[in-house]
Amino acid sequence: MDPLGTRSRPLRERLPLPLFAALAAVLPLLLSNEYYITVLIFMGINVLLVVGLNLLMGYTGQISLGHAAFFACGAYGSGILNVRLGWSPWVCMPVSLLFTGVLAYLIGKPILKLKGNYLAMATLGFGLIVEHMAVEWGDLTGGPSGLSGVERLTVGDWRFYTPGIRYAYLVWAGVFLCIVLAQNLVGSRIGRALRAIHGSEVAAGTLGVDTARLKLQVFVLSAVLASLGGALYVHYLGFIAPASCGFVYSIHLVTMVVVGGMATIWGSVVGACILTLLPQVLTFLEDYDILVYGVILILMMLFMPEGVVRGVLAAFRHAGAKVSGLGGAGPRAADGG
Amino acid sequence: MEHLKPLLDYVIPGISLGTIYALIALGFTIIYRVTEVINFAQGEFVMVGAMCMSTCTRTLGLPIPVGFALSVLLVTLLGALMEWLTIRPIRRASVVSMIIVTIGCSIFIRGAAMFLWGKDALPWLEIGSQQPILFPGDIRVSPQTLWILGITVSVVLFAHLFFEHTFAGKAMTACASNRKAAHLMGIPVERMVLYSFALSGALGAVSGIVISLTYFPVYDMGVSLGLKGFCAAILGGLGHNLGAVIGGVTLGLLESLGVGFLSRVVQMSSGYKDVIALLVLVMVLIIRPSGILGPRSNDKV
Amino acid sequence: MGEPGPGLRTGGDVRTVLSVEDLRIRFGGLIVLDGVSFQVRSGEILGIIGPNGAGKTTLFNILSGIYRPTGGRVLLEGEPVGGRTMHAIARRGVGRTFQNVRLFGNMSVLENVMVGRHGRTRAGFVHALFRVGGVRREERSILEASRKELEFVGLDELAFLPAAGLPFGKQRLLEIARTLASEPTVLLLDEPAAGLNPRETEGLSRTIREIRERGITVLLVEHDMELVMSISDRVMVLQNGRTLCEGTPRQVQDDPEVVAAYLGEGF
Repeated sequence: MDPLGTRSRPLRERLPLPLFAALAAVLPLLLSNEYYITVLIFMGINVLLVVGLNLLMGYTGQISLGHAAFFACGAYGSGILNVRLGWSPWVCMPVSLLFTGVLAYLIGKPILKLKGNYLAMATLGFGLIVEHMAVEWGDLTGGPSGLSGVERLTVGDWRFYTPGIRYAYLVWAGVFLCIVLAQNLVGSRIGRALRAIHGSEVAAGTLGVDTARLKLQVFVLSAVLASLGGALYVHYLGFIAPASCGFVYSIHLVTMVVVGGMATIWGSVVGACILTLLPQVLTFLEDYDILVYGVILILMMLFMPEGVVRGVLAAFRHAGAKVSGLGGAGPRAADGG
Repeated sequence: MEHLKPLLDYVIPGISLGTIYALIALGFTIIYRVTEVINFAQGEFVMVGAMCMSTCTRTLGLPIPVGFALSVLLVTLLGALMEWLTIRPIRRASVVSMIIVTIGCSIFIRGAAMFLWGKDALPWLEIGSQQPILFPGDIRVSPQTLWILGITVSVVLFAHLFFEHTFAGKAMTACASNRKAAHLMGIPVERMVLYSFALSGALGAVSGIVISLTYFPVYDMGVSLGLKGFCAAILGGLGHNLGAVIGGVTLGLLESLGVGFLSRVVQMSSGYKDVIALLVLVMVLIIRPSGILGPRSNDKV
Repeated sequence: MGEPGPGLRTGGDVRTVLSVEDLRIRFGGLIVLDGVSFQVRSGEILGIIGPNGAGKTTLFNILSGIYRPTGGRVLLEGEPVGGRTMHAIARRGVGRTFQNVRLFGNMSVLENVMVGRHGRTRAGFVHALFRVGGVRREERSILEASRKELEFVGLDELAFLPAAGLPFGKQRLLEIARTLASEPTVLLLDEPAAGLNPRETEGLSRTIREIRERGITVLLVEHDMELVMSISDRVMVLQNGRTLCEGTPRQVQDDPEVVAAYLGEGF
């Protein structure tokens, strides 16, 4: 966390962003296979969602077990407008984002009054309702087998989706922007207020923080980010099915937040990347990957509840302290980056 | 009586299903009262009970009472094991952590069940004949429904007696009202937590066994059942044992009547049945989160 | 014995900063406050004592907007504030600390105080995301003001430590610094001496006097009689949701009803 502005931030905190930008710029070029590019694209989309969810869960402390519903709103929203009304994807996308934002506002207003377990169940219920609607309202959504024939993104003759590398750059440019904005947010007055809400909502209120309004704003922001991911997804694949945006995906997203680390932007990136790659690595397990997710969740909460990023950094610091002969120094102040 | 008959066609199954929801809800409530943890794996307890029973009686050919006892025992142990391995080590963790851990357990148990029993449904439990029994007024009730009602009502009464009249039950209630005080009185709170998970496991198993009288046991049945049980618990008032029962029966009736009446008006598939429970859940949470019976303790700042 | 604060000393220029009229609140069937009325003069330290369950913290909760009263009025500098939202009341100028310290354990000492500036600053979501509209300047001012408050309570050396790791006495001071950062006109201190050793209580006493010197009116709920009596300009006694007695510390100490209620003999 740095209250003073970029000027005096230590090198350690300023390094990740340029490194990330370099990596994101170079990696697509190194991947030969269209399949790997597709995985890279999905990874980017997951990062978008996880950063948004972390802002809500990690920073503000509001648990959401139905976040995939907003992804679905973006994907289905944009897809349906395109397939049923024939609008251009460039119009469908912003409209579906707006729609999701409004929906999130309407849903968020009443349910963000709830705390802890109750909020979890309300978001879970909402997510399942959306999933069920996607399955049942077949005339609109294409039913269980999904919606296909969605147009891909083009500008005139220039196609964004083939070769896939163009889409990868589009998505990761969006991810880069998202990370920068999220970091700005977290280090700002609003970011502090959000974390204060997590720390003690009542105390924050007595200091002048309009907690209800901020929670709602963050909720809507994370929903819109999720729907952006959904829209990007559907206009790449040309297709969306309820199975890809239901309860299972909501749990995946929560797992990514937990694994990467709550209340850390880079943690979200790392968590999303690891858990997008994991199923690829575990394909031999087929359906049992869900078993692995369960084990991961349990083990993370038992042994590394602060997430991979902080856990690894702490391990390095520990090792460093041992090597230089110092005792175990106290933990550094919580960083928001 | 004639006008009532169509209504009764929905009311009786609604109540019978409702008592099953009540049992599942009771499982949630017991754990919640003692630990303030929502056990997302409760539905999986139900599923494992059903699967075990089916295996015992159909595959292994054991007599029904033996299968019953074995299945309940197994899931009781499962509940205790879950508490010991995953809840106890992090008992001071935040609400979010607890939720995530129980979700992890639920996913894991579901995956293990898929591994053990495969994805296909198992045969259901058969007790007695399939012929409906005729009651005065031309009301037909299937033997399954009678069994369901009989078993669930007995279990609820048993639970009531347990909490009101046994030392262990009263100790658990004490932990639920005030943990510190109970601890200071010499009640082994940690063991009570273990018991609450074990007891909820047992209740879950019974629910599962009873459900398998009318539904095929399958590895992912726990998701929807757990959710409905939770919905029932919230509807009746989380934290009240009586609330679980009231909520369960109410939900069963709402579902049955809802689908029954709506399907006369609108072309509906059975998938919408689940949506009713979900809508009830979200509505209750928005309008009156403390449920029918209201809050259990004061909210002091 | 308490010295009269600046507000009282200047004779004719006594402003009433807080006025509570017939305040009532009930929870279900339980009546917690049953018609409490009092006035607080600008710049004074008003001690509020009474047995547990008298309604002291509930009174503070109403004054800070956590609860909404079921009857009566609260006027802050003439404006009604009863029943307003927490954050609106905070922005009007009411700050409070809590009986069981409620720090933001997930943040550093300095960041805790910086949140205190929230009500006096303006940068919103858009400003935050895109770093426009003078955000940098505002952040610098927040930092300056926060540092000043930390110096005031003597915690500036610990600025970057995690708040949760502070020893209890310092946590209390941090909470005070945080509330001061919100520029309150009226500061509600809820049992600030609870859990402090005599040396820390001495320091607290000094700090409260220094707060008064800044022109802030202080309402102090306390069980530590020595502290309350030595530092308050006036003392109010609450019992069973009603005012039992009100006056200077000496007057209250000498009041037979109060003595009977709880000061005991030999005080």
